[in-house]
Amino acid sequence: MAQHVLEIRNLHKSFGEREVIHGLDLDVRKGEVVVVIGPSGCGKSTLLRCINGLEPIQQGEIFLNGKSITSGKIKWNLVRQQIGMVFQSYDLFPHMNVMENILLGPLKAQGRRREEVEAEAEALLARVGLLDRKDSFPSQLSGGQKQRVAIVRALCMKPEMMLFDEVTASLDPEMVREVLDVILGLADEGMTMMIVTHEMAFAKAVADRVIFMDGGVVVESARPEVFFETPQTERARKFLNTFQFREVRHCLDEDDEDCLP
Amino acid sequence: MDIDYIVAHIPMFGKAAFLTISLALAGILLSLLIGLACALVRYFRVPLLHRLIAAYIELSRNTPLMIQLFFLYYGLTRVGIMLEGVTCAIVGLAFLGGGYMAEAIRSGLDAVGRVQIESGLSIGLSRLQLIRYVVLPQAMAVAVPAIAANTIFLIKETSVFSIIALPDLMYVAKDLMKEGNSNESNFMLVVSYLVLILPVSLFFTRLERRMRRAGLGH
Ligand SMILES: Nc1ncnc2c1ncn2[C@@H]1O[C@H](COP(=O)(O)OP(=O)(O)OP(=O)(O)O)[C@@H](O)[C@H]1O
Ligand SMILES: [Mg+2]
Repeated sequence: MAQHVLEIRNLHKSFGEREVIHGLDLDVRKGEVVVVIGPSGCGKSTLLRCINGLEPIQQGEIFLNGKSITSGKIKWNLVRQQIGMVFQSYDLFPHMNVMENILLGPLKAQGRRREEVEAEAEALLARVGLLDRKDSFPSQLSGGQKQRVAIVRALCMKPEMMLFDEVTASLDPEMVREVLDVILGLADEGMTMMIVTHEMAFAKAVADRVIFMDGGVVVESARPEVFFETPQTERARKFLNTFQFREVRHCLDEDDEDCLP
Repeated sequence: MDIDYIVAHIPMFGKAAFLTISLALAGILLSLLIGLACALVRYFRVPLLHRLIAAYIELSRNTPLMIQLFFLYYGLTRVGIMLEGVTCAIVGLAFLGGGYMAEAIRSGLDAVGRVQIESGLSIGLSRLQLIRYVVLPQAMAVAVPAIAANTIFLIKETSVFSIIALPDLMYVAKDLMKEGNSNESNFMLVVSYLVLILPVSLFFTRLERRMRRAGLGH
């Protein structure tokens, strides 16, 4: 049995009186890519934020590499160094250039040597095609470039796993691809990832497993070809239908005959 | 206007201006430190302390400096505390300015988005590192215009120091007015304050422009 990087047991999360995650269980194997999909408000972001300690949980337990990160005295800054997270909104630090953005965590939080980290950062920037922008400030970058830098910033911490929360949702369509390609590359290298996305084609391409969430629980969990071809529940079928409709609408908007199935 | 009179009194005004700007500088630097500390306490809602600080801010901003100085200089002697004029002036200005600077810096802190804080946390920064490297630089950039306005306001407020017998610009000018050359001393008083405040104002204007060019502030 492959080792689990992440284990979630009976997770309950409430905001005030309102519970939004109701006893969720999930295991993520080393090197596995889990794509989380589900309707708006079903708790996808909240789930990722609980894993990263940005939201306190009310019940249940989360284990990272077999160690609980929810009970006892937790050093969250140390846990977070092992879990990279990229958000939907461009979250680079506006007062630092690209290189400074990337170096901050490794130098200050991890106390690593500058020469070593800088060489690594340059290699990562080259990989996402942004080495020539290392002295630029975030305000001088496009949305897609910012998100690629944000990914590099998280990777440079050498995390055990990465969490992506709709990282292309605020991008112009022509920039979505360049960001998704970077994530596909990570999957090929065996990075353990949890990805929340509304890009169904991307989900099919990148996922080892698709998790369909609705109303704060996991409704279905299956290999992508199984989930997308033969969803088991009515809820999942309904959800997927809305996407097909959207794709058809998109084709009509584009006025492209070949686009329709 | 008597030019010779003015020229003859330039050294005297120079000395007074030096005193004024020294006191102002010391008071303003202190008020920045007090303001920063208070703003951070309020930002983190440190229990108890943050209520105390809120009260201090209201008190300092809603009482005239003249009253604060009277209290320090005359009031405290009643309970056996004798402060020198210079000390009173600096403490008074810092007390007044601390409240104003706290509000300026707090508005800067409030302007730093939640996503900034969360992305700082998610790269494993500790609370202190987060404040130092992510939050404060951005907050201060936003706060620059308000800090500039407060600084100039505080320099102008120094004109009440004369009431506790400090030989600052106002004191010297009032002295000369009593001798009868009120036009000349008035003129010199205005020019002196202009000479003090214009460079400060120019400095902040350039700072704001540089911040804006770096994509910071508003
Ligand atoms: N800070 C908060 N305070 C109160 N309620 C919240 C908070 N954050 C999220 N919620 C609620 O929790 C539920 C789950 O939200 P969440 O953001 O996790 O959904 P999501 O699946 O990510 O949706 P989307 O696809 O729109 O991003 C929603 O009903 C939302 O209103
Ligand atoms: Mg979300």
